[in-house]
Amino acid sequence: MVQLICQDLSVGYEGKRVLQAVSFAVRAGDYLCVVGENGSGKTTLLKTILGLQPPISGSVCLQGGLQHKEIGYLPQQTDVQRDFPASVREIVLSGCQGRCGIRPFYNRAEKQLAADAMRKLQIEHLVKRCYRSLSGGQQQRVLLARALCATRKMLVLDEPASSLDPGAAAELYALLERLNREDGITIIMISHDMWAASRYASHILHLGSARFFGTRAAYQDAFPHAFAGVPRREGDAL
Amino acid sequence: MTDILEKLSLYWDYPFVRYALAVGVLIALCASLLGVTLVLRRFSFIGDGLSHVAFGAMAVAAVIGLTDDMPLTLGITVLCAILLLRSGRRTKIRGDAAIAMLSVGALAVGYLLMNLFSTSSNLSGDVCSTLFGSTSILTLSKTEVWLCAGLSVVVVAVFVLCYNKIFAVTFDEAFAQAAGTKAGLYQLLLAVITAVVIVLAINLVGSLLISALVVFPALSAMRVYQNFRAVTVCAAVLSVAGAVTGMLISILGGTPVGATIVAVDLAVFLGFWMIGRVTGGVSG
Repeated sequence: MVQLICQDLSVGYEGKRVLQAVSFAVRAGDYLCVVGENGSGKTTLLKTILGLQPPISGSVCLQGGLQHKEIGYLPQQTDVQRDFPASVREIVLSGCQGRCGIRPFYNRAEKQLAADAMRKLQIEHLVKRCYRSLSGGQQQRVLLARALCATRKMLVLDEPASSLDPGAAAELYALLERLNREDGITIIMISHDMWAASRYASHILHLGSARFFGTRAAYQDAFPHAFAGVPRREGDAL
Repeated sequence: MTDILEKLSLYWDYPFVRYALAVGVLIALCASLLGVTLVLRRFSFIGDGLSHVAFGAMAVAAVIGLTDDMPLTLGITVLCAILLLRSGRRTKIRGDAAIAMLSVGALAVGYLLMNLFSTSSNLSGDVCSTLFGSTSILTLSKTEVWLCAGLSVVVVAVFVLCYNKIFAVTFDEAFAQAAGTKAGLYQLLLAVITAVVIVLAINLVGSLLISALVVFPALSAMRVYQNFRAVTVCAAVLSVAGAVTGMLISILGGTPVGATIVAVDLAVFLGFWMIGRVTGGVSG
């Protein structure tokens, strides 16, 4: 089932194009890695997909009953968050805000949803801890739990492992893989980490000077140097 | 001790003292609630900037001879607050520079206008009381008290009803927007109530000292508490307690109201800072 179609999509801000005419489609259960140089428009593309800014031209089409607010988003961390006095519970619960509409407070079902998300990401023991006192890996799990409160269908992540040490990054990737495999959640992730892209992605979108969209195996054939030193996965169809 | 109590009960019989206490408590409560999100969003100085704008607007109102300057002051301040808070990231002049520019610009123009056109014989007294709020809290009319009370209740109600959304937008605007929260609308709402609170607070502490009411309670609470709700509640309690203590001291000791309240807030901040250093913050 196709969930997302981008057709001749150009994105940018203040009338300035940073990415010209890109087309691709994402099916339910796909794991898409968006790679490319800095400034190639990866983050702007994600924001346009999420509906945070309008496309300059072309279209973003959500299908299969998916709505913009049902996409779970894990943005890059901001300065404000680094010293924010908020408990893990408060942050995870804020993932339910899209379900509230104009109701001012969270109901029991939403609190349960937040508790389930925390259990799934193994951060239950941190529930009362302050966000700013957590390690980088724990913080990303909290934000991931928040995103899970907003979605059961699609997660969009903007360089989730960029500030993590290798061990924490590997744990995060393992969690994402489980969410993708076991819960069938579609994943769209910006990454600079070619190793992670080669290991986990089902599809690759390469932006920048060389443009590519297709399966990982096809990417490996088109750009043999990109995954230098990374062995082919078993079962890869050519 | 009995002297002090007698003196207080004597003053309590004067309606203007009761009005001043009631209005002081309400304004301090509103300012501290907003203070938490303003401080966290790096807008600590907005109180200062907007209060100078309000000062300029009051000068304009005085020059054109309005007897009731509240509507004009409120209108101009709300407009500036919306411009400052909404366009924070996209403008060419960055947030802090924009606030600095607006703040000193309005102050200068306001003082200039008062100097050129004022009919009052005691110009420096007028300016001083607008800047430091020396006695205006004690000269409030009954209408002003009700207006203050009404607006404060609205501000508190909006804050409580939008509490979860305000938290979400303050913590992560991009996520809130992606999750379907109308972040722009809540920014606008916050800008408007910030302006309202600041115009009200000029009566209490004058326009130079308003930032203190906004930032001190929030910063004190953040030294000790580690979650948003506790910080908000603690800031509100500290702010109200500080305002009451400050006003009582100023009545008993004959000190200027605004400066005394700010001095109390400062002392509370130092105390909480030390508690925070010793305990390393509690998580409750």
